[in-house]
Amino acid sequence: MSRLDIKHGIIEMGHGSGGRASATLIEELFIRHFDNSLLSQGNDQAAFNVPAGRMVISTDAHVITPLFFPGGDIGSLSVHGTINDVAMSGASPLYLAASFIIEEGFPLADLEAIVISMARASKAAGVPVVTGDTKVVERGKGDGVFITTTGIGIVPADVDISGDRARAGDLIIVSGSIGDHGIAILSSREGLEFGTAMESDSAALHTLVAAMVADVPGIRCLRDPTRGGLATTLNELARQSGVGMRIKETAIPVKAEVKGACELLGLDPLYIANEGKLVCIVAPEDAERLLTIMQKHPLAQNAAIIGTVCTDAQQMVVMATAFGGKRVVDWLAGEQLPRIC
Amino acid sequence: MKYVDEFRNGDTASALARLIRAEVKPGRNYRLMEFCGGHTHAIFRFGVNDLMPENVRFIHGPGCPVCVLPAGRIESAIRLAEEERVILCTYADLMRVPAGSRDSLHKAKARGADIRMIYSATDVLAIAQANPERQVVFFAIGFETTTPPTAAVLKIAKAMQLNNFTVFCNHVQTPPAMMHILSAGEAGIDGILGPSHVSAIIGSRAYADCCDKYRVPLVIAGFEPVDVIQSVLMLVRQINAGEAEVENQYTRAVSQTGNQKAQALMQEVFEQRPMFEWRGLGSLPESAVQIRSEYAAFDAEKRFNMKEIATADIKGCICPAVLRGVNNPDECKLFGTACTPEDPKGACMVSSEGACAAYYSYGRYRETTGTT
Repeated sequence: MSRLDIKHGIIEMGHGSGGRASATLIEELFIRHFDNSLLSQGNDQAAFNVPAGRMVISTDAHVITPLFFPGGDIGSLSVHGTINDVAMSGASPLYLAASFIIEEGFPLADLEAIVISMARASKAAGVPVVTGDTKVVERGKGDGVFITTTGIGIVPADVDISGDRARAGDLIIVSGSIGDHGIAILSSREGLEFGTAMESDSAALHTLVAAMVADVPGIRCLRDPTRGGLATTLNELARQSGVGMRIKETAIPVKAEVKGACELLGLDPLYIANEGKLVCIVAPEDAERLLTIMQKHPLAQNAAIIGTVCTDAQQMVVMATAFGGKRVVDWLAGEQLPRIC
Repeated sequence: MKYVDEFRNGDTASALARLIRAEVKPGRNYRLMEFCGGHTHAIFRFGVNDLMPENVRFIHGPGCPVCVLPAGRIESAIRLAEEERVILCTYADLMRVPAGSRDSLHKAKARGADIRMIYSATDVLAIAQANPERQVVFFAIGFETTTPPTAAVLKIAKAMQLNNFTVFCNHVQTPPAMMHILSAGEAGIDGILGPSHVSAIIGSRAYADCCDKYRVPLVIAGFEPVDVIQSVLMLVRQINAGEAEVENQYTRAVSQTGNQKAQALMQEVFEQRPMFEWRGLGSLPESAVQIRSEYAAFDAEKRFNMKEIATADIKGCICPAVLRGVNNPDECKLFGTACTPEDPKGACMVSSEGACAAYYSYGRYRETTGTT
């Protein structure tokens, strides 16, 4: 069997044919780096025992330009993204499955870098990639590489977290500064060089969630404000729960670099993506205690209470501005586009 | 953030608002037109209206670059983009503006046209250099703020002899549009909040004729909310005193004569266009620029022999009246029903600087329906 020429080689159609080239790619790249006994068995599926209780499953397709960005890459992102989606139910994630759609001509060296980063993220999180699939599409029919990951996890017995459980009087907590990921991606895209050292906040949040539910199992809602940012997540939760939200601009943590970049481009940090932050809705009597627990975790040192849930037939999110006025924080229409003037 | 936070300070704003309340005469209305979409956006984003007495009203002006571009010009750009060898580059805001027959650059892009969003005019030069076998067209729009960068890239392109680069020029001028609105007199304007960035280029002197001729005071205002409120106070004082002067609140950026380097650059590359159609305002003489004959090789209208396309505005859409300051967005039948930011029918619903989008996105129209 020929060995992969990682340094100079590229992905060819044969790597997705299911034949010998596919087997070489899987063994020398995926099995080698993901390195766990379930995957190494070489089956088309992974079989394992599960404890009794509620399970959760979540899947997420990752497409991103550029593939490598400050603070991460598509590999680590695809691990963090799905772990977070599983964890937002309060669950401990157990296993991941990963599907790769790779474009013909993609450099093997880049693919290896992505797989190594993915393996590192999965090991650090303690959530192994136990099964997977690889397809190759013709040049021009993909954008380098797309990665879909699916995760499963177990929800602790007394935890019932869901987007429809917010009640008037509950408090809203955000786990840290918003907009870091989106601005890091924007600043590293072609044609937009404003020399910030902004890094993506991409991180797996399941240990934070574990600490939170261990102390406050009655948490009502958890969600990670990814695409569409904090504003979209709050609107989603308001609609699901049939409530309104009142937030305070001065309470929302935003880094100076993110504020600056947003001012420059005419963007609003409330709508910028995050990959390592969560929004939590909790009963008022639990809020302070939960906040203290969160602030002790390295991923939520800047956690803050940003507002309250209220009765509102129109399910609006309204923000008291730092300026002393108020504004409705609406759903985003289409994509956020930079302004001209 | 320095130089931003100070101008968003709620205490300063409240103090200025108290002065305004003390100085307005209860018996009269103060109808103030903010010319620029940037001001419209700031007024809504920060809730400036909340601090104003009832008899001070903001009338939204036509200073939103994407809003005043007629559908025909966008239709022309779409046809150009659909030519096989063309890469069309434009500022992002323009992508969703409806052309005729419910089309837009966004939709053309989805159909396969090579349309690219750029952040800076110089990006277009890089795209042209990287694609020597393609024709790269810069769909240039905007007031005097974005005109100098277009002039600069035209000059560079000529020096580089870049033969696959052209500009589809749609740059318009502020003072003629202001004159037009004042001469029509239908908006009943008592004072004008003058543009911030445009004025940094053309200087405060550029509005002197306007104020003299129509006896309306104008205060050039910065784009931050405290700037806006201070400028309102300055306007109220002028109106009460019966004055009609050009005053400059935005002294940290605007001088009397403006940016003379930028003016020279515009002068070198552009000349007055005899007539240009504005959405809402109609065809206005000497209200826009065109590329000088020395730069004709880089003029997309000449290279591609582009013809004017006439398209009717959407039925029921009152964007034209909104742009002239005659109607408020929520007086339109389509507003919030057939026309939303998700599916805009009129141009004012597209850009966040557009009056309709600002009304809709910041939800002021919903407040009257009551919440708890």
